[in-house]
Amino acid sequence: MSKRTASPRQLSSGSDRVFEGLILALAAVIVLVFVLSVYQLGTESWPALQKFGLNFFTSRVWNPVTGEFGAAAMIAGTLVTSIAALAISVPLAIASALFVAEYAPKWLANPVGYLIELLAAVPSVVYGLWALFVIAPILGRWQTNFFTSPENVQTLTRCTELWNNNQTSLECFFVPSSAAGRGLALAIIILTVMILPYTASVARDVIRLVPQDQREAMYALGATKWEVISRAILPYARAGIMGGVILALGRALGETLAVAMVIGDSQDILKSIWGNASTMASVIANQFGDAQEALHRSSVVTLGLSLFFLSVVVNYVARLIIARLTPKGIQ
Amino acid sequence: MSAATTPSRARHQLSPARRVQNLVMGGLIVLATAIVVAPLILIFAYLIREGLGAMNLDFFTKVPAPEGETGGGLANAILGSIEMLAMASVLGVLVGVSGGIFLAEYPRHPLMPTIRMISDVLAGIPAIVMGLVAYGLIVLKFGFSGLAGAVALGFLMIPIVVRTTEEVLKLVPQTVREAGLALGLPKWLVTLRIVLPAAAGGIVTGVMLALARVAGEAAPLLFTAFGNSQINLDPTKPMSALPLEIYRGATSAYDENQRLAKAGALLLITLIFLTSLLARRASRRR
Repeated sequence: MSKRTASPRQLSSGSDRVFEGLILALAAVIVLVFVLSVYQLGTESWPALQKFGLNFFTSRVWNPVTGEFGAAAMIAGTLVTSIAALAISVPLAIASALFVAEYAPKWLANPVGYLIELLAAVPSVVYGLWALFVIAPILGRWQTNFFTSPENVQTLTRCTELWNNNQTSLECFFVPSSAAGRGLALAIIILTVMILPYTASVARDVIRLVPQDQREAMYALGATKWEVISRAILPYARAGIMGGVILALGRALGETLAVAMVIGDSQDILKSIWGNASTMASVIANQFGDAQEALHRSSVVTLGLSLFFLSVVVNYVARLIIARLTPKGIQ
Repeated sequence: MSAATTPSRARHQLSPARRVQNLVMGGLIVLATAIVVAPLILIFAYLIREGLGAMNLDFFTKVPAPEGETGGGLANAILGSIEMLAMASVLGVLVGVSGGIFLAEYPRHPLMPTIRMISDVLAGIPAIVMGLVAYGLIVLKFGFSGLAGAVALGFLMIPIVVRTTEEVLKLVPQTVREAGLALGLPKWLVTLRIVLPAAAGGIVTGVMLALARVAGEAAPLLFTAFGNSQINLDPTKPMSALPLEIYRGATSAYDENQRLAKAGALLLITLIFLTSLLARRASRRR
C-alpha cells in the first residue's frame, strides 16, 4: 500500500521516520499491555503454582482456612455453565439470524437485528440484577413446589443421602437441592441470553454472504424455503457460524458479574443443577477482595491466569476459523 | 399423484410432508427469534417500572444514604463514571487510534502481524482478568484509585478502537493517499491531514462503541477503583461508578439500595443504548 517510490524520499524521509516511530511506539503499548499482563499474572500466581503444581487443577478442595487450594470445582463450573449455555443459545441464535437474513421483510429485519445487537450492549451487572430480582423468584417458586409436594419425598431423601456423601447421580442432578432460585441453572439461563448476540450477529453476517445463486439454484429445483436453508445456506455458512459459536464460548468462559451474582458461590462439587456452584471468574470476583492470605490471593490470581490463557486459545481458534475456513469472500 | 413435469408445477405439488416441515421450521424460527428478543424487552420494561420512580433530582445530586436509611442518590457514581471514562478514553483513543493507523498504513512493517494478533487476543480477554492486571500494576503500588480503574477500562477499550480504526482507514480510497503524495506531501502529513479526517466519522463511531462497551463494566473496577460512598473527583483516591453501585445495590439486603440500583441500571442502560444508537446512525450516514 505504501508506495515508497511515489513519495519524494529526500523531502520527507526524516519527518516520516519520526512519525512512523511515534505511531509504532504508541502501537507497541498494545504489546506492552499483553506482556505486562502475562508477567503480572504469572509472578502473582507463581506461589500457588509452585506449592500445588498441577494438583491445583485437579484437586476439589478449596479451603482458605486450611490453606489448600484446588480449582477443579470452579473449572467444572465454568465448563458446565459455558457448554450448557452454548448448547441452548446456538440453535436460538442461528434461528434468529435466519429470521433476520432470510425470513423478515426489510422493515422488520433491521429493527430485530438491532435489538439483538443491543442484547450484547446490556451490561453484565444489569443482567445479574434482572436475574436476581425477576427470574430467581420464579425458579424459587418452582423449587418450593417440588419440595412441598408429597410425591417427591422419596426422591428427595434418596438424593439428600447421596449429596451428603458428596456424590450425585444423573437423576439427582435435576432434583432441586435448595429453594433459593439461585444456582447453576440460573447462571446457565443468564449466560445463554448474554452470549446469544455474539453467535447471532456472526451467523447473520455469514448467512447474508451466501451467494444468491446458491438459493436460486435450489429454488429452481423446486426446493422449499427450509430445504434451501438446510441444504444450501447452512452448509455454506457452517464454518463462519462455527467461528461465531467459539467466539460466544470465549465470552461465556470469562463472563463474570452476572454469573457471580446468581450462581451462589459454593465450592461444592456439582451436586444438582438447581444447587449452588462457582466458576473461575465468579470466584475471582467474589474472593479476591477478601483474600488476606498470600496463598489464597495467589490461588485466585492463578484462576485469572488460567482464564487468560483459556480465552487466548479460544479466541485465537475462533478467529482462525472465521478467517481461514470460510469460503473465499466471506470474512 | 402424477410426477411433476415442470419446476413451476412441482412447487404446487409439494408432498404434504415437505410442506409441513417447511411450515414447522418457519414457525420455529419465528418463535426462536421472539425468545431471543424477549429478554431485552423484559429487562427494559422491568427497569422502567421499578427504576423510573426513583429518578428524581436527589438521584442525580445526592450520594447514597447510609445503609438502612432512605433517600439519597448516585451522584458519586455518575461523576465517577464520567471521570473514569474520560481518563480511559485518553488511553484508549491515543493507543487505539495509533494502533489502527499502524495496522492500516504500515501493512508491510515486520511488526504488523504481531501487533494485529496481540490486539485481537486482547479483545477476548475477560474484563475481570484486566482488573487483576491493573490491580497488580497500579493498586499494589499506589492503592485503590479512580486512575487504576480508568487504566483497566482503557486497556479494554484499546482493541475495540484499534479494530474499527483499521477498518475505516482501509475504506479511504488509495487514490486519495496517492493524490496527497503526488502533491509532494510527506506520508505523515497525508495520514494526519487527509486520511484521518476522511475517516474521522468512523473513528468517532468506534470510540463511542468502545465507550458504551466499557461504561457498563463493573468487574474490572471491583479491585481497582473500588468504589466510594462519597463524591470524589481526585483520581488518586477510590472512586465509584454506576456499574459498581448497581452491583452493590443489587446484592444488598436493603430495599433502598436495591431501589437505587434499579434506577442506576435504567440510567446506565439508557445511556448505553443511546450511545450505540447514535454510533450506528453516524456510521450508516457515512
